[in-house]
Amino acid sequence: MELTREQVEHVAMLARLGLSEEEIERLRTQLSSILAHVNMLSELDTEAIPPTAQVIAMQDVVAPDEPVASYPVDEMLENAPEREDSYFRVRSVLGYET
Amino acid sequence: MDMRPDSRSLPDLSVRELRTLLDRREIGAVELARAYLDRIGEVDGRVRAYLTVTAELALEQAEEADRRLASGEAGALEGIPMALKDLISTRGIETTCGSRILRGYVPPYDATAYARLREAGAVLLGKLNMDEFAMGSSTENSAFAATANPWDLSTVPGGSSGGSAAAVAAGEAAFTLGSDTGGSVRQPAALCGVVGLKPTYGRVSRYGLIAFASSLDQIGPLTRTVEDCALVMNAISGLDPHDSTSSPVEVPDLTTALRDDLQGVRVGVPEEYFGEGLEPGVERAVREAIERLRALGAELVEVSLPSTKYALATYYIIAPAEASSNLARYDGVRYGYRSPDGEDLVENYLATREQGFGPEVKRRIMLGTYALSAGYYEAYYVKAQKVRTIVKSEFDRAFERCDLIATPTSPTVAFELGSRLDDPLAMYLSDTYTIPASMAGIPAISVPCGFSDGLPVGLQLIGRAFDEATILGAAHAYERSTDWARRRPELVSAG
Repeated sequence: MELTREQVEHVAMLARLGLSEEEIERLRTQLSSILAHVNMLSELDTEAIPPTAQVIAMQDVVAPDEPVASYPVDEMLENAPEREDSYFRVRSVLGYET
Repeated sequence: MDMRPDSRSLPDLSVRELRTLLDRREIGAVELARAYLDRIGEVDGRVRAYLTVTAELALEQAEEADRRLASGEAGALEGIPMALKDLISTRGIETTCGSRILRGYVPPYDATAYARLREAGAVLLGKLNMDEFAMGSSTENSAFAATANPWDLSTVPGGSSGGSAAAVAAGEAAFTLGSDTGGSVRQPAALCGVVGLKPTYGRVSRYGLIAFASSLDQIGPLTRTVEDCALVMNAISGLDPHDSTSSPVEVPDLTTALRDDLQGVRVGVPEEYFGEGLEPGVERAVREAIERLRALGAELVEVSLPSTKYALATYYIIAPAEASSNLARYDGVRYGYRSPDGEDLVENYLATREQGFGPEVKRRIMLGTYALSAGYYEAYYVKAQKVRTIVKSEFDRAFERCDLIATPTSPTVAFELGSRLDDPLAMYLSDTYTIPASMAGIPAISVPCGFSDGLPVGLQLIGRAFDEATILGAAHAYERSTDWARRRPELVSAG
């Protein structure tokens, strides 16, 4: 199964992943060959088999409802590429400067 | 003055031997930390296992260790110099995950595994190289450097915990921690001739472990001996309120599980692990090792794991799908790299991620996003989860007839640097024998079992969930019946 260029561009946009022209073409061939390999799973009849999302036998792990101290705001902002006061600063969400 | 057990230099002794020397005050923790820092200085220019060496911090921590040793309050790993794969968070110390997108990131908290090692007295030497976001089998996907295999510097150390394995093999740390999602502790351990354990999923807290595939990721130790592995597991295992997937199942003292014979142990041998793609030299070493298990008293049982060949395909849907979701957080807003390009927020996301991630990470984000996207979710993701059920139930059935399963860890010995970079599928095949236990969430250990073409071979022992004791016990009995654990690469034994 060969992926099309449009499919690769569509998936890249879903993942918010910019790709160069060269990367789009390389990924198109590489993903096609990886998908061809994983398509071997269609040989297996799994109609009656439940899916396994995780292997641990626990469910609904709850913590005691007690307030605990969180990290200081300044410490959490230490790694921010750009900050303003106690906020993370980002580019314009609407595509223009206000 | 030198009261060492033999002619090996300090950095080549086991954790157990070093603890004895420290307890008897024949060496000091500062002296020991310096010996490791010297070794790093001598060989790391060639091995490139470390991304960050925390020399000053190591000496401070070693001084504290000396005080506790003197006052009789020593922890189980007091004064033992170790290092961590660079995706285990260390407060105040850069943690890059081998990625340009996290270059300069300084975690505001410690991973639980690191905090527990510190409580036990271990000393941090630094942070170790890895494939970017733990995606890879050769450590060549690091954004910063390719680590070399200490046994032959022209070959890879395996991956993704290649720095962790190479550091132990070259005596650049007494032990290290790595992380294993589909084989990333066991495969490099095999290729570098050291012991590597992937614990049962939930055995070791993932708090502070930078996430790759959350239903599979586990932190595990890389050590020179099986006994050392048990000592490290004792320190890092157990329930952690910060990780709701960490298990409340009781953690036994694993050093009491170490045994000298295998009387009464049934060892399953699955023929599916000895097929196409297995190098003859690896097969010979592993079959000899299995014969040795029999000689030690084990009963060999044929078991069948027919879906083994499907496990790899299953993994390469589930792990990228989880990764594509986990890695959505790298958007240049809260931490890490932000591109100067892009007019608005979305364009800035696109540029940040294009420039911040390397080729393998992009490949897996694309693969995972595709498998989760509308129209493909059922055919790929749900299908893979169903096959995961089959893989797991085959292990359950096999363990009705045996106590552990013995296989090769990797189908090949270390391969040449650069030789598989252009063929992602060939690289993925490195993990054929390690992935099934990951999918089932069960523990597996790789223990050195000889050499092929002068390069180390690993024997994998797979156990039942939460039964690390049985595989450690068997690995220890095997190790003691050979001298593989005492072999050192020429790189360090010549000097």
